[in-house]
Amino acid sequence: MSILDAAKGAAQATIQAAMGKLVPLAPDSWIPGGIPDPLIRRQHGVIGAALSRLDGPLKVQGAARFAAEFPLDDMVYAALAYATIPRGRIAGLDVAAAEAAPGVVLVMTHHNAPRMNQPAVFGSSPEAAGPADLPIMQDDRIHWNGQPIAVVLAETQEQADHAVSLIGATYAPEPATTSLAAAKAAGPQPGLFMGQPLRNEIGDAEAMLAAAPHRVDQLYRTPRHNHNAIELHGATIAWIDGGLVVHDASQLVSAEAATLAGVFDLDVAQVRVTSPYVGGGFGGKCLWDHQILGAAAARLAARPVRIVLSREGVYRGVGGRTLTEQRVAIGAEADGRFRALIHSGIAAMSPHNNMPEPFILGTRSGYAADSFSLSVETVTMNMLANTFMRAPGESVGTFALESAIDEMAVELGIDPIALRIRNEPDKDPTSGLPFSSRDIVEAWRAGADRFGWAQRSATPGTRREGEWLIGMGCATATYPYYRMPGAAARITLGRDGKAVVEVAAHEMGMGTATTTTMVAAERLGLPIDAVEVRYGDSIIPGAILAGGSQQTAAIGAAVIAAHRALVADLLKLAGNDSPLAGLSADEVGCEDGGLVKLDEPTRRESYASILDRAQRETVVAAEEASPPLELMHWSMHSHGAMFCEVRVNTVTGETRVSRFLGSFDCGRILNAKTARSQFRGGIIMGLGMALMEETQFDERNGRIMNPSLSEYHIPVHRDVPEIDVIWTDIADPHTPMGAHGIGEIGITGVAAAVANAVYNATGKRIRDLPITLDKLL
Amino acid sequence: MTPFTYARAADPDDALRLAARDGTAYLGGGTNLVDLMRETIAQPARLVDVSGLPGAIEETDEGGLLIGAAVRNSALAEHRLVRTRYPVLGRALLAGASAQIRNMATVGGNLLQRTRCAYFYDSDGSRCNKRAPGSGCDAVAGFNRNHAILGASPACVATHPSDMCVALAALDATVQLQSAQGARTLPFAELHRLPGEHPERDTMLAPGELITAIALPPLPAAARSTYRKVRDRASYAFALVSVAAVIELDGDRIADVRIAFGGVAHKPWRAARAEALLRGGPATPAAIRAAAAAEFADAAPLRDNGFKVELATRTLVATLGDLVGATA
Ligand SMILES: Cc1cc2nc3c(=O)[nH]c(=O)nc-3n(C[C@H](O)[C@H](O)[C@H](O)COP(=O)(O)OP(=O)(O)OC[C@H]3O[C@@H](n4cnc5c(N)ncnc54)[C@H](O)[C@@H]3O)c2cc1C
Repeated sequence: MSILDAAKGAAQATIQAAMGKLVPLAPDSWIPGGIPDPLIRRQHGVIGAALSRLDGPLKVQGAARFAAEFPLDDMVYAALAYATIPRGRIAGLDVAAAEAAPGVVLVMTHHNAPRMNQPAVFGSSPEAAGPADLPIMQDDRIHWNGQPIAVVLAETQEQADHAVSLIGATYAPEPATTSLAAAKAAGPQPGLFMGQPLRNEIGDAEAMLAAAPHRVDQLYRTPRHNHNAIELHGATIAWIDGGLVVHDASQLVSAEAATLAGVFDLDVAQVRVTSPYVGGGFGGKCLWDHQILGAAAARLAARPVRIVLSREGVYRGVGGRTLTEQRVAIGAEADGRFRALIHSGIAAMSPHNNMPEPFILGTRSGYAADSFSLSVETVTMNMLANTFMRAPGESVGTFALESAIDEMAVELGIDPIALRIRNEPDKDPTSGLPFSSRDIVEAWRAGADRFGWAQRSATPGTRREGEWLIGMGCATATYPYYRMPGAAARITLGRDGKAVVEVAAHEMGMGTATTTTMVAAERLGLPIDAVEVRYGDSIIPGAILAGGSQQTAAIGAAVIAAHRALVADLLKLAGNDSPLAGLSADEVGCEDGGLVKLDEPTRRESYASILDRAQRETVVAAEEASPPLELMHWSMHSHGAMFCEVRVNTVTGETRVSRFLGSFDCGRILNAKTARSQFRGGIIMGLGMALMEETQFDERNGRIMNPSLSEYHIPVHRDVPEIDVIWTDIADPHTPMGAHGIGEIGITGVAAAVANAVYNATGKRIRDLPITLDKLL
Repeated sequence: MTPFTYARAADPDDALRLAARDGTAYLGGGTNLVDLMRETIAQPARLVDVSGLPGAIEETDEGGLLIGAAVRNSALAEHRLVRTRYPVLGRALLAGASAQIRNMATVGGNLLQRTRCAYFYDSDGSRCNKRAPGSGCDAVAGFNRNHAILGASPACVATHPSDMCVALAALDATVQLQSAQGARTLPFAELHRLPGEHPERDTMLAPGELITAIALPPLPAAARSTYRKVRDRASYAFALVSVAAVIELDGDRIADVRIAFGGVAHKPWRAARAEALLRGGPATPAAIRAAAAAEFADAAPLRDNGFKVELATRTLVATLGDLVGATA
């Protein structure tokens, strides 16, 4: 812990001046008329400072223990064999050679796997985290090409890998739908996202489109994408005293524990899932078959198991983003006002999950129009369950919508930024709710200024340097503010003036632990090094999903609730001999390691003094966050104005991004350094989506043919230019700390900004991703 | 990975002795072979490590270069005589892989690296005649963006992935070999083969034959040479198309020209037809385009790689244009 302490000490030095200011208690209501979180008013505290990650030193020294690094006595190593057909039955499994191979402890197949319940599929209940509505290794059925068919346990990883290669399988194939054309022919179904239909009809959009003086009506396509976090999916699993302990790389420890309990007929209290560090999540580090298979094999072998998927294994067994085909049609007046906005299309899904890539979400609140027709339908293919991947919906949806808006700007001869601002809505155009905060216009102005947008020529193909054509493009980025119910926090305040804050949240490299420490320290009136945040463990009360960019808000609201309870307890403990005697929680704030009467700062007492007198070592308060009522009263979204400059080679069609700027409006930024990295990371992922990322799904047999980082291209250093990031820093008065989550918005709008820049450079409009050079020859 | 034994050869004779038994493979830097072993595509029972064999780069009496098979790719790229006399070779090397891989990879291993066809790599899920002779080819009607447009057969449409080899093809290198039968020399053009009925055989090497060195002939014209690689991202990707070119002008006529294409065939493709058409003529874009058209007259593009004909043509025009421009 000394490294952590040192880091905290250094961090504290930079913000020392900030301490010693009074922080009142936050209200726990998020309703109209409610009082904004008082931390919003604190402009000179630690919030917003560019603080390095507190866990950085541990990570660079290799001292941070990831899921596959927990050493357990007597542990064995797992390897998986995968099916090679998309649908049918296993006719024969020859495991004799594998069983006889050196070091092999167990070969588990559907013949000898323990009986397990089907995991509750994600979305079926708040605690459900199962990947699909399917039993796992309980029968001979194959549901996708790549499904695990056997688990080998051996004394070393090498022995397990070798033995698994000796397993022979034969199949009785059954008809499968593995081509998009066949899936479409079978007919699309209405898409349901988290139980809500993905459909909005306002006015007669088709008629208004037909009647509009200017029309754009195009089809856009986005391919499948796979998760490629640096850290491979891995877990170290042990059965201890009849209970299950899983050290996992997880972004939902609590839901995972609950789901595993259901699978193995255990009480939730008998399952513990820890996830202290995650080497990249992006929606992919949830519950998949491998954790369940690892636990089953560990039970069968009566030994702890380490299971780490190979990179290929991640492609075979962890779902990615599905493909989409989207129509965007806009009808506009000559002055640019939208009369009709149509955004509809299909996404492919497996028969056993429910994740229609919801690409219309951003369109619902993006622009004003007189009429809307929005829908996502699904077609069914025999494939691995697709899943969430950074900004599911918005990432690919903004490609279509923001490309179409650029096309309309060309059609109308209006600057694309001006066109967007002209259609800026004054309330949410589809829900009718007021916006909680929306300063996208400010983000556009600041961004355009800084990027030098004025230098852009509206005529494509006019800027050239040698072989290279140069163009600029822009697009709107958008992602909602979410806060899910169920979060809780526990604060333990000690007589030594130190606090431990516990939340069942996750550090996946975004800086959550650091930001949570900053916010909690500020709220408690403590220096940063007096606050320790514990997280990533299902035994901590509450459930906080690291998804939907909601973790920061969920933690924030839970800490607000626990903090209130803590102050109330402290006032009780303070008793009649305290200068605070008789005060209620609403009358005090926190400052300098103690409580202070808000309007009479001389009435104060330190935490240490209160606990001393009460002869208590600690005071503990645990509380659940208040329900996310703010989401019922306002339309809540983050935005960004994305600017891109590309160079397209006239000889080869190669596209190189030479400059990028993201100008964000995402509420109050809590940590300038980690925020900048989040935005940049999202933008880099967006550049990959724009130019190269594509899962090669062989439509003949549903097999992924590029399951490796050598053939599945993501940007390398040379593909990434200097990325400039700025933000409005305008707090949203209706959220904890005035903040919005920022993990996902960075990827949105990027592909459209690139495609629009390519158009500006070349006059060629590419409507199917990725924009590879052959499309520009 | 299948278990294997490992021995390190002290000299070429030692290597041949150690490799005398079936199921032995030579190990260079291991950057390709070890991957293939991990995927169980290669399952040698014995590895004989030849990365410690003499690895010098020497100037020959005639003014050429003799490059030991164990020379690392990065060492070769950095060598002064390579940079000044054969820039095409240095640039090809630096266009390949990553710095880390080039530090490990040997010249001998680079020559014999195997195709990156996805169906070749998918050892349990796909058919591939190169990996499992007679099983069929799933690439012909599958993902074949990276595949051959020239010289392929119904049995195999894979490409040779090396950048270095494209430069060596243009430079008329020779390959020095040693086996139990003695030493022999092979013109570079005869090292790799077209797939025909036997795509499992990438080269004309006999089993157990050891590559000891590569010889570059003296070629003053090569001082004006270059390599251009076109790929799907800025670095760390195999060539969709690449061009190695050497040109010598006599006034405004082409006195000599050597052209090889990468990414278009089962072997580095020496463009003899195009060279013959260009020699003695003007180095104009139209002439170069016409020469490329002749070279690609027999091209047989597949589902995903039809763009390669135009891409290779344009890349050739631009590459020769740059070289000619550089002389002006
Ligand atoms: C991620 C990645 C990206 C890459 N990108 C590129 C690229 O862009 N361009 C490119 O050109 N290459 C690329 N490569 C391939 C790389 O160039 C080769 O892996 C490397 O050159 C092989 O050399 P090695 O010494 O490691 O060979 P090894 O892997 O050791 O051996 C390869 C083969 O050569 C045989 N062999 C080795 N030495 C001898 C000898 N003396 N005599 C006879 N047989 C011998 C071995 O038995 C084996 O069959 C890439 C590789 C990787 C892993």
